[in-house]
Amino acid sequence: MGALARREQRLAYTMLLPTFLVVFGVVLIPLLANFWISFKPVQLGDLRAATMLANEQLRPRPKVAGESVVLRYRIRNSSQQDPISGVTMRDALPFGLSLNLSDERCSLNENELFCDFGSIAAGGRFNLEIPATVDQNYLDSGERPRDSKAVFTGNSRNVLTSSEFTLDNFRRIFASDEFWAVLRVSLYYTIFGTLGALVLGLFAAQILNTAFKGRNVLRGLFLFPYVAPVIAVAFAWVLLLDAGPGGTLNAMLMQMGTIDGPVNFLGQRYIPISIFGFTINFPMALTTVIAFEAWRYFPLSFLFILARMQSISTDMYEAAEIDGATPLQQFWYLSLPQLLGILSVLFLLRFIWTFNKFDDIFLLTGGAAGTRTLTVDVYEQAFAVSNLGAGAAVAVVVFFVLLFFALIFFKFSPQDDG
Amino acid sequence: MRMGTVTIASIVIGAIWGAIWMVVVGILLMLVTGITTSPPVAIAAVAGALAGGTCLFVEPEKRRKQRLIPLLALVAAALILTLSGLAPFGASLSGNVVQQLIALIVLAAILASSIYFCMDGFAAGAARRYRLELLLIRVLKGLAFVVFTVVVVLPFYVMVMTSLKSQQSLLSNPLDFSINVSQGFESLFRSYFELFTQYHFGTFLLNSAIVSVITVFITLFFAVPGAYAVARLRFPGQAFLSRSILLIYMVPAIVLVIPLYAVFSQAGLRNSLTGLLIVYPATTIPVALYMLQGYFRGLPAELEEAGLMDGLSRVGVIAKITMPLSLPALASVALYVFMIAWNEFLFAFMFLDDLDMFTLSRGVVSLNSSEVPRQHLMAGAVIATVPVLAIFLWFEKFLVAGLTAGSVKG
Repeated sequence: MGALARREQRLAYTMLLPTFLVVFGVVLIPLLANFWISFKPVQLGDLRAATMLANEQLRPRPKVAGESVVLRYRIRNSSQQDPISGVTMRDALPFGLSLNLSDERCSLNENELFCDFGSIAAGGRFNLEIPATVDQNYLDSGERPRDSKAVFTGNSRNVLTSSEFTLDNFRRIFASDEFWAVLRVSLYYTIFGTLGALVLGLFAAQILNTAFKGRNVLRGLFLFPYVAPVIAVAFAWVLLLDAGPGGTLNAMLMQMGTIDGPVNFLGQRYIPISIFGFTINFPMALTTVIAFEAWRYFPLSFLFILARMQSISTDMYEAAEIDGATPLQQFWYLSLPQLLGILSVLFLLRFIWTFNKFDDIFLLTGGAAGTRTLTVDVYEQAFAVSNLGAGAAVAVVVFFVLLFFALIFFKFSPQDDG
Repeated sequence: MRMGTVTIASIVIGAIWGAIWMVVVGILLMLVTGITTSPPVAIAAVAGALAGGTCLFVEPEKRRKQRLIPLLALVAAALILTLSGLAPFGASLSGNVVQQLIALIVLAAILASSIYFCMDGFAAGAARRYRLELLLIRVLKGLAFVVFTVVVVLPFYVMVMTSLKSQQSLLSNPLDFSINVSQGFESLFRSYFELFTQYHFGTFLLNSAIVSVITVFITLFFAVPGAYAVARLRFPGQAFLSRSILLIYMVPAIVLVIPLYAVFSQAGLRNSLTGLLIVYPATTIPVALYMLQGYFRGLPAELEEAGLMDGLSRVGVIAKITMPLSLPALASVALYVFMIAWNEFLFAFMFLDDLDMFTLSRGVVSLNSSEVPRQHLMAGAVIATVPVLAIFLWFEKFLVAGLTAGSVKG
């Protein structure tokens, strides 16, 4: 390899290095860390490491120079579970306060007090009392012992870095009945949400494919759901679909006589619907969140499908026209095969992103009424139940399900268009 | 008039449009004026069907000359008025005569136009399959236009209008979105004033702007050299990188959130904008790199080689030749990244606790409680939406190019 090529190679690596570092630090390492946490018995509260706290006081309050007083530290371990070892304390004393130090744990250096307490048990608390005298300088300066905070050092067990591992997290999530229901809801949501967005996008692209006045305005309008922040559109839907007084859609449907009473679109798990004498339980809330997903992401598939359709040459359609193919035949036998590539790529990408989706369901229902997906379950376990380990375990499941689908897709996806 | 498939189709099409437009116009009338309507859909369908039949009495070539649209509109309006017993929208005419008559005229006009355009070129009698499918597609397209527009616009309409109303009036009649303009500017936009004066929305807006803009700069600063290297320089692993960079995007944010939460909590980065400024670029750099390398590859390599011949260094070539040529691509990537950062919810929600640190996403969520009236929540949603939609509309061309170039994320 020539010197030039080598220099080019080095330059390339230099230019890519920052990206590598960021992706490593914020994506790959956390991904591995998640696996680590999933094997740990760690609660949300454990993130606050055990620390020593001190409260210092001078008793009685000195009024004249030369008065004898006691400097008292009330010291405690903040954690009820974890002991702290090698505890030392350092505190700067106010000017004009002289200590009669007899405690062998402590030493005085200039006006700095240093103490070595060794190990302190979980929840341990004790008082350190040092007799002292004050002089006129102390009374004049106005500086008080509390003005400088006592600084502690010490080692406490950190559950995140300890070598304590457990399979309890996985055992817990797989044992619960809810888990399989959550997995099923995730799959329904992903499959139907993806298909819904694709079909809507296909229709929208069909109607905007021919040129007419105002087409650009409509195209911009159709992209609104995707461009607007998720919090805004999700809350707008919540208000629109509200089942209480003030819900616009329910009021509208009742005014039209379509329904008799308000339908709780986002809060009801099942609605019995009778068709031809059979009563089926229609999953209402799940359908609503799927509809939201399709509504919010159809613009994306619409854009890609439209771009692909506009690149299809018109010769083919003219030939078909001469051969007497009807419009629907042209769509079925000419357009659809041409769109198959982009449709399958879109399906693949949207499938994975829908599966990853958290915000939408979290904001619409919070995972209630049979809409809890795996991603919402991660949040529920880790932050609502405060069991970080279990949350991480669900996240591991999310990752592997995703990996499974990704492998299937990449095996069967068409090679072109990618 | 000859009977046949087209005749039947015309009558059916008229009925469909009659029903659809009655629902749309009736509800619109209710939302805009607050009149309690109950649109007589069946009557409108009958009127539409008769208008559809009437249409075919005139030869296709003569329809324009004989001013068929006004004629059909007149027929439809008269039919609706008489059949509904002078209550065209199911509410008595007294009191709101003007609004209801205007709505009726609008309804009749669009109904007549819809029938006219659907039946354009079709005469009474039978037709072959090709022509019938053409008719079918016209109707379906027309219906799709109406349905898509209504479905896309309705949530945004509710959002804006709710923010201008008061909770009491909405609870008493949720369909009355009429705005009383005479109450004055200040009282109309009261929710917005209160959000900015009492709910710290000025701070949130500023935080969102800071985070989004800095994210854009960091992303470009990292992604431009990376993309150039992947697109132009030869090194082992180049082909692999250009294909696999998007895989990073498949990693769900929810899997990263627990470890990042744990580490940021202990490092004191959690409740700070700095924390967000570490996470956001990491999620946007891969996609920006992917979009940019596609664009760089499309630039003619000869220009850069000429620059190298003339003694420019690689860095000089990038700065003086490649960058100026890629301004449109940089703009669309910047806009796209801005949009992602502005709209981001999960990390902002997980990491931020202090009001002073809230971004708009986090701030709006904090309004979602029973103690805060709804119009405030919706006003917050509007404040979060307007900047990003304004930027989108202003630079639509760039953003659309950016979205399609990257085949990107959701």
